[in-house]
Amino acid sequence: MRTVTVVGASLAGLYAARELRAQGFDGRLVVVGEEPHAPYDRPPLSKGFLTGGAGEETLALGDAEETDELAAEWLLGVRARGLDVRGRTVLLDDGRTVPTDGVVIATGARARRLPGAVPAGVHTLRTLEEARDLRGALTAGPCHVVVIGGGFIGAETASSCAALGHDVTVVEAAPLPLAGHLGERLAAACAALHDRGGVRLLTGTGVRELHGRRASVTPAAGHRGRDTVAAVELSDGRVLPADVVVVGIGAVPNTEWLAGSDLAVDDGVLCDDGCVTRLPQVVAVGDVARAGGVRSEHWTSATQQPAVAVRNLLAGATVDTTRPVPYFWSDQYGTRIQFAGRRGDGDTVRITDGALDEDGFLAVFERAGRTTAALAVGRSRPFTRVRRELLSAQRGLAPV
Amino acid sequence: MIPVCRLEDLPAGEAVRVETSPPIAVFNADGELYAIDDTCSHQDASLSEGWLEGCLVECPLHAASFDLRTGRPTCLPARRPVRTHRVTVEDDVVHLHLAAEEGTAA
Repeated sequence: MRTVTVVGASLAGLYAARELRAQGFDGRLVVVGEEPHAPYDRPPLSKGFLTGGAGEETLALGDAEETDELAAEWLLGVRARGLDVRGRTVLLDDGRTVPTDGVVIATGARARRLPGAVPAGVHTLRTLEEARDLRGALTAGPCHVVVIGGGFIGAETASSCAALGHDVTVVEAAPLPLAGHLGERLAAACAALHDRGGVRLLTGTGVRELHGRRASVTPAAGHRGRDTVAAVELSDGRVLPADVVVVGIGAVPNTEWLAGSDLAVDDGVLCDDGCVTRLPQVVAVGDVARAGGVRSEHWTSATQQPAVAVRNLLAGATVDTTRPVPYFWSDQYGTRIQFAGRRGDGDTVRITDGALDEDGFLAVFERAGRTTAALAVGRSRPFTRVRRELLSAQRGLAPV
Repeated sequence: MIPVCRLEDLPAGEAVRVETSPPIAVFNADGELYAIDDTCSHQDASLSEGWLEGCLVECPLHAASFDLRTGRPTCLPARRPVRTHRVTVEDDVVHLHLAAEEGTAA
């Protein structure tokens, strides 16, 4: 393999580039990134970056020394438009083509948006540009913020907005946020954090319409005047005043550019549990990959999959597989939530540290005498122990 | 020099966080005492809450690992070292000597 192209220059793409070099690939390495930035870390965008504690310089994932070591060609600020498998070429939006022998697909996901046209003042939070926009909108003095979606991005954004002194309401369509992930009892305990942070949580109601008002400033030449958001009307008829709306309703994998490539795409790029697609010279990692039937949008997966994917890519076949113990974390309202494992419906829940109505707890999920998962709120230390046990148990069970 | 705790209160495999600025973590790694800056050099997490294995501590947030003897990261995502500090025991009390005070910042 003389040339490998990594399409996607975020966390998974960078880790793939690192792995290629670490595993001895000394050919031409090309990294294509739609965003103009060198790889940066997204998790702080809804937390420290939004509240102002973490500047842009703290987001960088690599440094100059590493960039030298990787000796890659970085094609940034350009989107991949297609993958011509037979011609062994990656096509770029600006008309350039990159001839390549191997491809790592790491194009990630983008924030899901509300359908239709929306007024100004409605934000999503996924990229640095989106975070800059939102941060800018939050610096004009205390205002009404409505967060649509009570998942982790929504909760973290609400927490950051509250910390900045804004009046914050979270609207969640389900009866309880995160109930599918955590089970009702523990999801309720996490939802209670909003109250502790002075944020209203409205559940079981969707959004019917966003109301705008005429922008008071003259729009820049060439732009049509766009209304600015003024209120959010809920499906139950309530109307919430809103100066800033943040939409946190999930993410959509970036797979459109693969249309016509022969790769199977269905809510992500389908690949085996070694991250290999139906073509041995194409692997997929990170948020865009549906590996072994699972598309996980976790930071940890994006850092763990590339080692296996690259090994298989360089071997030309699936010689290694990955089935990591899922892990994610969230920082909100001054506390840290951590979850690891695979919870099943019907698992029993045991609180082994603290209590649900206290300032923190560790909950362990069990089935047939085995620990399946753990959730910690403000209990990093005992959580780490359980997470390690889950990792060793998985290793013990893994085929050799 | 900062008194940390009684030696008997820091058994092997345990760690204690000292609320200096920045905070420092003191570890008992199988009988040897080590001290490093408590905050992971990658992102905000307390290494005293991490997983201790031999002379390595793994960050509880993203599993970056640091060598307690040198403060150097042994794997990603951490890329920068944490400072190390000297630890002594006098009259069964663990004492911490800040690197900056001794002019030996690593």
